[in-house]
Amino acid sequence: MTGQLPIIVILGPLLAAILAAFTAWLRPKLSYPLVVLGLAISFTAALKLVFIVADEGAKIYWLGNWGNQNHEFVVGIQITVDNLNTLLLTTVSGIALLTALYAKRLVETELAGRQRYFYALLSLLVTGLLGISITGDIFNLYVFLEIAALSSYALIAYGKGRAYMASFNYLIMGTMGACLYLLGVGFVFIKHGTLNIDNLSEIIPTLDPSQALFVGFVLILLGVWVKMAFFPFHGWLPNAYTHAPTASAAVLAPLATKVAVYAMLRIMFTVYSLDYINGLTGIQPIVLYLSTAAIVMGSFFSLTQTNLKMIACYFIISEIGYMVGGAWLANRPGLTGAMYHLVADAAMTSALFMAIGCIVYRLGQAQLDDLKGVFFKMPVTMAAFVVTMAALIGVPPTCGFFSKWYLIQGAAEAGVWHFVAALLLSSLVKAIILFRIIEIGYNRVAHPAIEGNPAIPRNEAPLSMLIPTVAMTLGLIALGLATNTLVNTIIVNAVPAALTQ
Amino acid sequence: MENLIANFNYVIVVILMMIGLWSMLAQKNLIKKCIGMAILQTGIILFFISIGAKNNALIPILTEAAYSDPDVATVANPLTQILMLTAIVVGVATLGVGLGLAQKIYHQHSSFDEDEILENQRK
Repeated sequence: MTGQLPIIVILGPLLAAILAAFTAWLRPKLSYPLVVLGLAISFTAALKLVFIVADEGAKIYWLGNWGNQNHEFVVGIQITVDNLNTLLLTTVSGIALLTALYAKRLVETELAGRQRYFYALLSLLVTGLLGISITGDIFNLYVFLEIAALSSYALIAYGKGRAYMASFNYLIMGTMGACLYLLGVGFVFIKHGTLNIDNLSEIIPTLDPSQALFVGFVLILLGVWVKMAFFPFHGWLPNAYTHAPTASAAVLAPLATKVAVYAMLRIMFTVYSLDYINGLTGIQPIVLYLSTAAIVMGSFFSLTQTNLKMIACYFIISEIGYMVGGAWLANRPGLTGAMYHLVADAAMTSALFMAIGCIVYRLGQAQLDDLKGVFFKMPVTMAAFVVTMAALIGVPPTCGFFSKWYLIQGAAEAGVWHFVAALLLSSLVKAIILFRIIEIGYNRVAHPAIEGNPAIPRNEAPLSMLIPTVAMTLGLIALGLATNTLVNTIIVNAVPAALTQ
Repeated sequence: MENLIANFNYVIVVILMMIGLWSMLAQKNLIKKCIGMAILQTGIILFFISIGAKNNALIPILTEAAYSDPDVATVANPLTQILMLTAIVVGVATLGVGLGLAQKIYHQHSSFDEDEILENQRK
């Protein structure tokens, strides 16, 4: 049974998605428990894999047992589960499960009467994301990238007003990114005749650096950058995630971009190698400058926004800069920081969007001016919000502190001071925004939407939303406290071996 | 020049991809953007098929006898064709979602023109 765990991780949500689509048609009430069950199976399997892989090393699974035949060439699709995979699989399936539990009431109010296929799409999205994080084949990665992207277009288009146009723009940009990625895969394939990641990582170091290899690398990189909304290609993200229904945004925002960052890490350090990255002396400083620009621009635009969701979206853009920068520092603390931040940022963004969702549930929107009195009426939600913001700022002992710690250490080691400055600046900007929200939120005169009955002092979001939000927020602190274990048992094995010796 | 003629299909690939990218980025009409998307994907499909094609190559179906030691020079590369079957499916799905969204936008704004839609949204 444990040998089949890698495929169960994907099959859970995939089967749930298919069944939920049919039951949504016949018995709409059944699709929600089905999806939750699918996600729970996937999360359990992923959690088990963490311990198995940490003990026994990477697991290889051949789809349909095609790879076990004794050929010289590889036939079939391989699934590889190593420490980086398990880390991401647990994060993705865990956050997806918690968000699914959280989203029920939100979906009922926001999408009243239209929620029929919502959970099927959500489950399909998670299938795509899990697929990207587990596959050992670069073309398969493209297919999962598109599965995730297609379901996210639909999830975003569930929103009102501008959501269609935002989703359409995302579709155009996303397809362009996917096409660039596919073209890059073509170049890699011309040179090596294989798409298997393990095979490629053996072959590429033995070949002389060639144009085709380099062009393939750049195209793949551009493709995943578009998908992760890295600085010059970030245009689609704020509109798409702001106009999407809050429930969609709560699952898309933390996961979709992070998984694309994982794809970049995998291409950079497994398919290509650390030596190859270090050999690109012309590109490395440019990417680091771009990451700095991403952080600075993301911070700057988050200051100018008046909508809480929009602010959170620009936070994502600057956080992407953290991870890309950390990865391209290509030293041990930098990469540790980038990988740790994958998990930490997914958790922080998830907690942030859950808290925003609670506010939106009561207020109907999340303009900064509407937040008057919100601290008195929704103390638990706002406590979670403040802790999340503290994590984003980087206050110890939350997880945000440790990822920044590693990233700054890595940047200092590499002597990239502009990156250090950008990291500190983004903390400062987040602190400014937090204090601005505190200033508005402690206004005695509450917004009519949350004032409710003046005799009742509190007007919190329903418990089914509040509990996951608080759980996620406590998770941020727990993650911070568990940093040492996480870094020393899992991430240390995920960082390229050349760096850890 | 000889090189250009020998790699004629790659020239077409580049032209197709440029047309596709240009109309996705520069066209204001949403339907034309969708068409550009389809053209870009066609370019990539042609690219992959060109990689796997060989002169006078046969269909890549191997007999039992040839299975262990196939004469790869006489068969076309099946992998690229299989990959493109998947890519075509993905492309059709994307185009379908794109056109569906364009139709929804048309219902909302009675226009396919990006500028008009943006103006409408500002109101």
